[in-house]
Amino acid sequence: METIRQLSIFLENRTGRLADLTRVLGEAGINMTAFSIAESSDFGIMRIVVTEPEKAQKLLLDKGFAVTLSDLICVREDSRPGLLGEVLKLFSRENIAVEYMYAFEADGQASLMICPDNLEKCLSILKDNQL
Amino acid sequence: MIWNDSYECMSRDELHRLQSSRLHDTVERVYANSPFYRRKLQELSLCPEDIQTVEDIVKLPFTVKTDLRDNYPFGLFSAPMSEIVRLHASSGTTGKPIVAGYTRKDLANWSEILARTFTAGGCGQSDIFHIAFGYGLFTGGLGAHSGAERIGASVIPISTGNTEKQIQLMTDFGSTVLCCTPSYALYLAETIEKMGVGGKLRLRVGFFGAEPWTEAMRREIEEKLHIRAYDIYGLTEVCGPGVSYNCSEQNGMHINEDMFLPEIVNPQTLLPVAPGEIGELVFTTICKEGMPVLRYRTKDLTRLVYEPCPCGRTNVRMEKIKGRSDDMLIIRGVNVFPTQVESVLLEFPEIAPHYHIFVDRVNNTDTFEIKVEMRPECFSGSVGHVLDLTKRITHRLQSVLGISPQVRLVEPNAIGRSTGKARHVTDRRTIY
Repeated sequence: METIRQLSIFLENRTGRLADLTRVLGEAGINMTAFSIAESSDFGIMRIVVTEPEKAQKLLLDKGFAVTLSDLICVREDSRPGLLGEVLKLFSRENIAVEYMYAFEADGQASLMICPDNLEKCLSILKDNQL
Repeated sequence: MIWNDSYECMSRDELHRLQSSRLHDTVERVYANSPFYRRKLQELSLCPEDIQTVEDIVKLPFTVKTDLRDNYPFGLFSAPMSEIVRLHASSGTTGKPIVAGYTRKDLANWSEILARTFTAGGCGQSDIFHIAFGYGLFTGGLGAHSGAERIGASVIPISTGNTEKQIQLMTDFGSTVLCCTPSYALYLAETIEKMGVGGKLRLRVGFFGAEPWTEAMRREIEEKLHIRAYDIYGLTEVCGPGVSYNCSEQNGMHINEDMFLPEIVNPQTLLPVAPGEIGELVFTTICKEGMPVLRYRTKDLTRLVYEPCPCGRTNVRMEKIKGRSDDMLIIRGVNVFPTQVESVLLEFPEIAPHYHIFVDRVNNTDTFEIKVEMRPECFSGSVGHVLDLTKRITHRLQSVLGISPQVRLVEPNAIGRSTGKARHVTDRRTIY
């Protein structure tokens, strides 16, 4: 488990905005390792984990994007059925709410990117449970 | 500070006598020299002898923009071309431009009223004026220029455009005063921030006009540029900038009544409104030689304030223009002014002071959408916050306007910037 810095970028629902954003990152040599997009009818918020978060934030601000950095918890465990269920059961028992999360699997490893309502508490709960 | 207290602080009685005599002289002048006005007066069986006092003004016919257009280019002039030393024109988006002609005396009077304006803002010889109004046919640039020169300041005739270069010169030259449209002031402020040169500027005062702007916008400009922001008002048909000006109270604009007679009329009945009521501002020029105008309907809506001003000036004040009668939108039967929208939006620190209103008609109902820009530093990353902000703005607009708009948050800089007058509305209904 570790904390990860994540970018959140506000994007209008306009064709090409996503392409513009990814092109800016690509041209600057910044790689994305995970992302998710939360959408509503008028706008989306793209959440990206990148190789150089502070550099990416400064770059995107200069290019006129509304962007903010926040901390997420990343839980990495061997991928298996029931893993997510256990983590969520733990959260619910300890009264931790999940604002949002996303996940992916690579080489048998599951990575859960979690934004809890209380980061410190969540970190200590996970630590106590060897996650 | 007062530039000319004999005229700016004249007793009301003396002013009334002066205005009456000048009004009579003006009617005499146009009757003798302007076929257009002679015809109009004769149609009403009026001759100059019928106009002896200010009160007789209600006998006179009104003049409207189309009169100038229909008599393009010089049909409303009251002086021969040999005496006209300057021509200005305002951009006509539809039809022909409005042309104004000035004699030497007109130009001297024009620089006089701008001198009064700039002195009221505390400016003088030691100031360095950065004039970012357009120079050319537009009255803003050359008008402000002449006034700044008259008070002995150092004038930079930079005009509009090339914003980064402007800011470079502003810091290199140590400009202390800025003159431009309020929209451009905001754009300059944004660019100054981006260039990171705010600390190097020596600006202390700004004079803004040529478009309506709210008190909230004034506070925004004062905060962003660290200056005192003064309102100036004018229109090409009457003279250009300088017709009225803020004093240090920043509470209404003093009208140069020794040169321009103001009236407030009901735009439908054209009758004078009760004292203190809002209506359409009308001006009669009483000093102009080149192109005097009688009862010119400005289409700007405001009220007059006769209460004495703490600054000591006795000339009447007009409040900030609420809107132009032709800026007013009627959406689902409700009157909406862009300035109302502007005041509400500026209550929210999370959004930038840039907006655009889109009105359309879909399925026989008016649609009303407002795009507002998010400030990058206020983005929290949460969908909930964005939705909540949108909801709060919508709710507030609904309670002020009486109808509910569709509010859309857009990205920073998504709404175009303007170096001149900003266009805040796109009304697609007019196409039908």
